[in-house]
Amino acid sequence: MFDANILDIIQNHLATSVALFKPEIALLITFILALFMDIIFKKNRNIAGYTVCIGFIITGILLFTQVGVKENAFINLIAVDPFAVFFKYLILISSLGVCLMSFFSEELYSEGRKVGEYYSLICAMTFGMFLLSGANNLIMIYLAIEMMSFSSYVLAGYTKEIKRASEASLKYVIYGSVSSGVMIYGMSLLFGASGTLNLTDLATLIPNGQIDMFPLITSGILIITGFGYKISMAPFHFWTPDVYEGSPVTITALLSVASKIAGLAGFIRFTMLIFANDPYLNWQIVLAVLSVVTMTIGNLSALWQSNVKRILAYSAIAHAGYILIGLVVMNELGISSIMFYLFTYIFMNLGAFMVVMLISNKIQSEDIDDYNGLGYKMPVLGALLVIFLVSLAGIPPTAGFLGKFYIFAAALQKGGVWIWLTVIAVINSAISVFYYFKIFRNMYLRGKNTEISEKFSFSPASIALTVIFAIPTLFLLVYYSPILEWANQSASIFFLK
Amino acid sequence: MEIGLTHYLIVSAILFAMGIFAIITRKNAILVLMGLELILNAANLNFIAFARYGGLNVNGEIAALFVIIIAAAESAVALSIILNIYQNYHHVNVDEVETLKD
Repeated sequence: MFDANILDIIQNHLATSVALFKPEIALLITFILALFMDIIFKKNRNIAGYTVCIGFIITGILLFTQVGVKENAFINLIAVDPFAVFFKYLILISSLGVCLMSFFSEELYSEGRKVGEYYSLICAMTFGMFLLSGANNLIMIYLAIEMMSFSSYVLAGYTKEIKRASEASLKYVIYGSVSSGVMIYGMSLLFGASGTLNLTDLATLIPNGQIDMFPLITSGILIITGFGYKISMAPFHFWTPDVYEGSPVTITALLSVASKIAGLAGFIRFTMLIFANDPYLNWQIVLAVLSVVTMTIGNLSALWQSNVKRILAYSAIAHAGYILIGLVVMNELGISSIMFYLFTYIFMNLGAFMVVMLISNKIQSEDIDDYNGLGYKMPVLGALLVIFLVSLAGIPPTAGFLGKFYIFAAALQKGGVWIWLTVIAVINSAISVFYYFKIFRNMYLRGKNTEISEKFSFSPASIALTVIFAIPTLFLLVYYSPILEWANQSASIFFLK
Repeated sequence: MEIGLTHYLIVSAILFAMGIFAIITRKNAILVLMGLELILNAANLNFIAFARYGGLNVNGEIAALFVIIIAAAESAVALSIILNIYQNYHHVNVDEVETLKD
């Protein structure tokens, strides 16, 4: 039946593809192993967590062999290129950070809850995010988004007897599945108009005008829904505050960092291959409007929130708006500045959530009024939280300032109307200082007179982890050129002709 | 009258619109899920119609297969979450689940 030659070619292709797929395979093995370890060693609750952490480190080592590789795997379904590898590292760092954070969460470990599945699901979600950062095919993008979503739906409601957690997971699953459903409908239209599912093929078809205007624009809008939901971009951000508030703090951190990074990886690839080539509609304008709306809604809504997790949720929306500026300019500098920004974003966001989690371990609350005078009860962690908040607000000399600086520089360098975009973004940054300052004010300036009964004591390991998050946040300014260089090289793959 | 691609596309567009309508108006979480299934099936219908009439390769059918699998997995996850909501709230009305609010 088959020509022996073709069979050989298929075999060779499969072998090279599997070789390129090693980090993902390592993640899958870790996932299964973590589940089994949890069953075998019942006495040690953390064993699955340790397994997953070790698995992440092994994945990182395997990923190192792919630095600089630029190939396609599985009939061009997945691209293994510097861009994907950079994002995979970002995702790996944030997942590992969240896993380490989870060991200190009392919310998670209370009431003798089993946590083995929790860590395995984080691993499964990381697998989905890895797929998304390399996905080069419409169906692959959809599958990867669903792969990460399913795990995160369950994780959002992992503390299932707590009412607000179950509500968070309900809202997450409804918003998430609807937006991905709308996205796949858009993909079906794009498939019908072009006859291909492959992004690289689409990128060659679109500039020639071989795809009609109406299906291209309609499907573009529908597909933006799916990505916009993942990166919590307005007007698809409605789930963000509720889900962030209701989920366990560690999962809030995971959603705000890893999930957003993976969504952006897919969105950037899609934008650079499809929207940037669109001859009918200037998507830069669309993205610019979305960016302005996103950051303004995020910052203005954050002003009158009283829950710290909610404030951080709206701040995450606002950050999505800043990040979109880098995408609007659609050039090499813009993309690399996004990648650099995300690197800084990981540490400051994880750090902020880490401190919020440690505080809620002690006072069982995330309400901002309960933070009164906390700065005197926990001097070290209070100071660290201030560092993270200052960085999130983008005030020098922190890492957050550097990230914002490069994003704004990319827009300014493009010139023209984008200068106004930068002006709006700077005004927004100024607004954001206000609500970050609110947390700071409650911690240090209020409740000073109330008697300081005793200082909270924290385990040295938890403080050490927070310090690890704080070091890049505070000292990145001193030495950051390798990362910027790496981001530049990774971003350049979209501009090689 | 010959039934062609256009007819399928119109049917799928109507299905899609009905799905969105169901999701917006229904209060019961199960009915919201049914609306979601309508959307996914609209996409499936599109994929298969394009593959059949567009003279395209087998990609369309494969895509539809994947969407069916994902839809099954999605409803499993969503139903278990709704079950959990029922245990906590003793109802599954989406608009009455509102502990979290501004």
